[in-house]
Amino acid sequence: MITPTHYMLLSAALFIIGVVGVLVRRNIIIIFMSIELILNAVNINLVALSNQLQNQVGQVFAIFVIAVAAAEAAVGLGIILAFYRNKETVNIDEMNLMRW
Amino acid sequence: MGDAIAFYTLAAFILGFAILVISTRDTVHSILFLVLDFLFVAALYVLLGAEFVAVIQVLVYAGGIVVLYLFVVMLVNLKRPPEVYQDPNRRTRMGYALAGAVLVELAAIATWGYVTPPPPAAAPSAMPVTGNTEQVGWLLYTSYLIPFEVASMLLLVAMIGAIVLAKREL
Repeated sequence: MITPTHYMLLSAALFIIGVVGVLVRRNIIIIFMSIELILNAVNINLVALSNQLQNQVGQVFAIFVIAVAAAEAAVGLGIILAFYRNKETVNIDEMNLMRW
Repeated sequence: MGDAIAFYTLAAFILGFAILVISTRDTVHSILFLVLDFLFVAALYVLLGAEFVAVIQVLVYAGGIVVLYLFVVMLVNLKRPPEVYQDPNRRTRMGYALAGAVLVELAAIATWGYVTPPPPAAAPSAMPVTGNTEQVGWLLYTSYLIPFEVASMLLLVAMIGAIVLAKREL
């Protein structure tokens, strides 16, 4: 019997994988992909609980999350391109222009 | 029983591809694993009876966002691998430790914070439609109309912002 707890554990595991990607990798494109994984983990939670409660509101919010993720990807990749044009790198260790 | 087999298979694929996404050296391979991961998540949505979200997932994530990533990888083609230069202050082990801390926190919440969900309430009163897509659309255009419009405005602003950022000179 698959309960919502199973889905929450799957979502938590996916979230942790995304967090590890954000904290450990140095390629900013991979870091953005890890953020997409984190948003997917949230969506799994929303849809699983929507199924459990027989209430479609969770799916509506999952669609909002997908819209925000699309906006985030577009703006973030624009920033990556603009930065690459200036410094010829996608390594976040070299992105320290605003560090004091 | 069949549900359990489907769930565990999909969960294994989702987690395995997610680990491949963050551990592969080649960025293009990483993106391709990301597509597979999104497709398996979409299959999980179908298993949960959310067909509309599954289709949106395939269209927007596996179709749109991933193509955007591939274009960026093509445009910033890496003459040298991005991992060559390393900040001397970088603490990778600290990153793993912090991720472990988040894991412990989530496990604690999952163990002690579980609230018994209320029994499935009767379907919201005025929902004259059946079927997943119809119900989601009904909610989007009645109770959640204003968030929907705000989301469309957000997408418009993001589009303009992306164009401004990626343009060579204004």
